[in-house]
Amino acid sequence: MLLIKCPWCGERDAHEFSYGGEAHITRPENPDKLSDEQWADYLFMQKNAMGPFLERWVHAHGCRRWFNVRRDTVTHEITAVYKMGDRPPERTA
Amino acid sequence: MSQQRNRLATGGRIDRTRPLSFSFNGKHFEGYAGDTLASALIANGVRLVGRSFKYHRPRGLLTAGSEEPNALVQLGTDAASEPNQRATQVELFDGLEAVSQNCWPSVGLDVGAVNNTLSRILPAGFYYKTFMWPKSFWKYYEHVIRKAAGMGRAPESPDPDCYDKMHDHCDVLVVGAGPAGLAAALAAGRAGARVLLADEQSALGGGLLGRRAEIDAAPAAEWIAKSISALQAMPEVQLLCRSTVAGYYDHNYLTIAQRLREGSDPGRRCDKPRQRLWKVRAKQVVLATGAHERPMIFRHNDLPGIMLASAAQCYINRYAAKPGDIAVIFTNNDSAYEAALDLAEAGVTVVAVVDVRTAAESPAQAAVRSRGIEVLYRHAVVAASGRRRVSAAKVMALDDSGESVSGAARTIRCDFLCMSGGWSPAVHLFSQSRGKPSYDASKACFVPGQSVQAERSAGAARGSFALAECLTEGHEAGVAAAAAAGFQRPGRPAKPPVAAKVDEAPLQPFWLVPAAPPGAPLNKHFVDVQNDVTAADIALAAREGYRSVEHLKRYTTTGMGTDQGKTSNINALAILGQTLGADISAVGTTTFRPPYTPLTFGTIVGRDIGALADPVRMTPIHSWHVANGASFEDVGQWKRPWYYPRPGESIQDAVNRECLATRQAIAILDASTLGKIDIQGPDTAEFLNRVYTNGWKKLEIGRCRYGVMCGEDGMVFDDGVTTRLGEHHYWMTTTSGNAARVLAWLEEWLQTEWPELKVYCNSMTEHWATVGIAGPFARQLLSELTDDIELDPKAFPFMTYRAGTVAGIAARVFRISFTGESSFEINVPARYDLALWNTLMTAGEQYGITPIGTESMHVLRAEKGFFIAGQDTDGTVTPLDLGMDWIVSKQKDFLGKRSLARPDMLREDRKQLVGLLPVDPQEVLPEGGQIVTDMDQKPPMNMIGHVTSSYYSVNLKRSIALALVRGGHKRHGETVYVPLENKVIAANVSEPRFYDPEGKRMHA
Ligand SMILES: [Zn+2]
Repeated sequence: MLLIKCPWCGERDAHEFSYGGEAHITRPENPDKLSDEQWADYLFMQKNAMGPFLERWVHAHGCRRWFNVRRDTVTHEITAVYKMGDRPPERTA
Repeated sequence: MSQQRNRLATGGRIDRTRPLSFSFNGKHFEGYAGDTLASALIANGVRLVGRSFKYHRPRGLLTAGSEEPNALVQLGTDAASEPNQRATQVELFDGLEAVSQNCWPSVGLDVGAVNNTLSRILPAGFYYKTFMWPKSFWKYYEHVIRKAAGMGRAPESPDPDCYDKMHDHCDVLVVGAGPAGLAAALAAGRAGARVLLADEQSALGGGLLGRRAEIDAAPAAEWIAKSISALQAMPEVQLLCRSTVAGYYDHNYLTIAQRLREGSDPGRRCDKPRQRLWKVRAKQVVLATGAHERPMIFRHNDLPGIMLASAAQCYINRYAAKPGDIAVIFTNNDSAYEAALDLAEAGVTVVAVVDVRTAAESPAQAAVRSRGIEVLYRHAVVAASGRRRVSAAKVMALDDSGESVSGAARTIRCDFLCMSGGWSPAVHLFSQSRGKPSYDASKACFVPGQSVQAERSAGAARGSFALAECLTEGHEAGVAAAAAAGFQRPGRPAKPPVAAKVDEAPLQPFWLVPAAPPGAPLNKHFVDVQNDVTAADIALAAREGYRSVEHLKRYTTTGMGTDQGKTSNINALAILGQTLGADISAVGTTTFRPPYTPLTFGTIVGRDIGALADPVRMTPIHSWHVANGASFEDVGQWKRPWYYPRPGESIQDAVNRECLATRQAIAILDASTLGKIDIQGPDTAEFLNRVYTNGWKKLEIGRCRYGVMCGEDGMVFDDGVTTRLGEHHYWMTTTSGNAARVLAWLEEWLQTEWPELKVYCNSMTEHWATVGIAGPFARQLLSELTDDIELDPKAFPFMTYRAGTVAGIAARVFRISFTGESSFEINVPARYDLALWNTLMTAGEQYGITPIGTESMHVLRAEKGFFIAGQDTDGTVTPLDLGMDWIVSKQKDFLGKRSLARPDMLREDRKQLVGLLPVDPQEVLPEGGQIVTDMDQKPPMNMIGHVTSSYYSVNLKRSIALALVRGGHKRHGETVYVPLENKVIAANVSEPRFYDPEGKRMHA
């Protein structure tokens, strides 16, 4: 079970959180102006990364806040936790 | 009662003053406190403990520990009976009852043993090759195979015991309390770290418990006792015995299965739980899990009486139980010489040590020779013989290559045979932590490779088998783990415990005894004794192309038993490598998976059973419903009154009565389960405009509006009424089952996409209770209970809200209706709910007030054609499919709007909501019934939809239904059919509105 560091509450077990899929997918400004393909890309297509992945989590059984995580999908190593709206921190070696 | 004829007069860690009686396969025996079932059987001279899984060959004890593949027993006979218990781990208690598994009808006379004589036609992959074809025959084979095979029996009644869970954190978790683990725990504990030391055995000490060794110039037992006292004196150290670390998961999360009762007596009832599952988050882990001795692979190496050398040594030293009187020892390394000396010391006649190596000048070998024990160097045991137990070993000389034997065979009589093929570190937990074991050719074993998580291995677990090394490595690992967790011992470093260094002659890898004579079959050279996999099976699998170790495992089933191949995997890999001409390091290991040893479901489930399996939510007037005979239904976690039967009434009778009362007099409904979300903030109208499909910017204060929410895919997600209470204050209601999901949905959009909106949501579902009254007398009744709310329809019209006092309680009253009658939904703080309900019931008596349940509510709303999200919709239905174009705004964007313009949403043959009126008005369609247009077609028929809601409507004096039908909006007037098992029901498609279509009654 993962240990996730909520930016507001600190480290908690994964079962307190819910997963929200890929991060940084922005809802289009004017959906009406998009082609079906563009809308489908927003709606359905998420990366299936093997390795570092930027994703969203919510502390559903805690403070109920959403935040972003950079997690390696192979090793489950979490290398960054940052707030909604922020850009991912630079990767350190 | 039999005598314990193989019990030594002195020694061992048993208490001869506490005799215990037990039964095994129906026979009665006696043992002592401190025994395991296995050691007690040895002491009583019982050799045959079980039968193998496939060939049902007679089997005896191979080991003395948790890696035991053969001695699987069913413990106890009652509801707490446990299958698959390893006799080597079952602590003896008075009255213990155990029977062997895999034997039918008995261990001595076994019908399945016919498989043994047929073994020539039961090779690797036999089950796949034979029973899988033809596939349709599997049902015939299956019950025969299951009866003869079977891994014990599951108890048939509920488990009377309770189980527990513990969540814990520690700085250093030490796994294994042998010399390395104890030394690590001492070092980490002295540094001040919070230490958890867990060991699967009933006593701490690990392998030391079965050996005669010296530490710090005293017997090991003294060092163990001193170490335990020292650890117990440290307030931050916890010692757990009978506790198997079962799984190693991500981020240093480990599970420990702890057996709590003395003797693990399943028959004894007490307040204490039987087992406890620990869930531990450790900053650092020290794996001191020891090593497993490997069997030698020769012909008939599975006969009872053939066991690992360390096991024989352990039975003698720890339990004072002699496996026999005359022993032959077969080895490729020095550790078995220590066993030989201990056996001789206990009075066993060791007739020969058969060693595949050439003679070497090691102290152990010299000691054995000087005792007068014959050592046959460069020899191998090529076969064992005996019926049901070993009676002789056939020994031949090895050629220089070691790949064949020659010369005359010598038969050596014995009554047990000890073997040692070297040691395999228990890298299971290391592997579970995602570390990759690497092959150490000099030690002929896989050792832990690079750490992936915060763990380190020490002692035999990392291939350092000598006691002196175990102690220093354990100590160093403990110091390092504590330091990594932030604990450093002040002052000068503590000294590690010391054992004398012993020179050992190197082991010689020796994986498979050559066939004698050369070319003879290897089909009785057993590799995996639990699953009856032989060297011949592995060679066959390799020839058939199963070259990957993972494929080999599945095809031959090697390592797939309940022991997970602890004594067989490495031998199997090596033999595969030899067959393929590949190096064992290139073959690699299979993946080790949790749990390390089997767990009972009870341990995993803990207390989450029965009433605690899932929370039950009840409204504040639940007790009234119970007292008044309600039948309940589950709506999510809620218990809701389903209907209120009077004596002698069927469900249909009760629902008819409730439905008539609603339309003719007055109904009262507990609607407190409705989801309620308080939404405040200056941007709320804008927010609602985005999440609902219709417009919200012009809703006046005091007015209610119905809304539908869609996902971004355009599918209906939830619906409900939202009311504007104040300038920036709204009150949203959701369906009962969806309340939490809707709140999460709103929060997600507010936090992740629209943080600029000033909107704040709070769940109010439990704070406010809701009582609905509906029907022609509802207004009259309410007028008697309020004097500050004007109830005239002009002053308080449909879809508005008023605050006031009802029955002396501050209340919010909404004129909304799900039944289609003139209704008032009265909301009061939850603690006044019962008072309100009782007042309404009393005051309403003269009007015939009738409590109605969810079933009547569903009938009444279906009469009106109101859909229920999740019943008439299923995540593939848009508002347009429901015929609700009027609620979909053309002007503004909203969540899901763009999806409604996707080509698939515009198809004319989408499934759309319609009404169905059965041609026979007394026939009620079954919900879920499939709909077809043409009864003349052959199966599979073209199904155009299904019934989503269906009832008998007493108000309409006929049956009605709602259905999703392809192109349904254009089918009104058509006749369709629902074919059932014994009949066909014809129905006419209609508008989904059957009662008061203009809505005059609810506006009244
Ligand atoms: Zn939090």
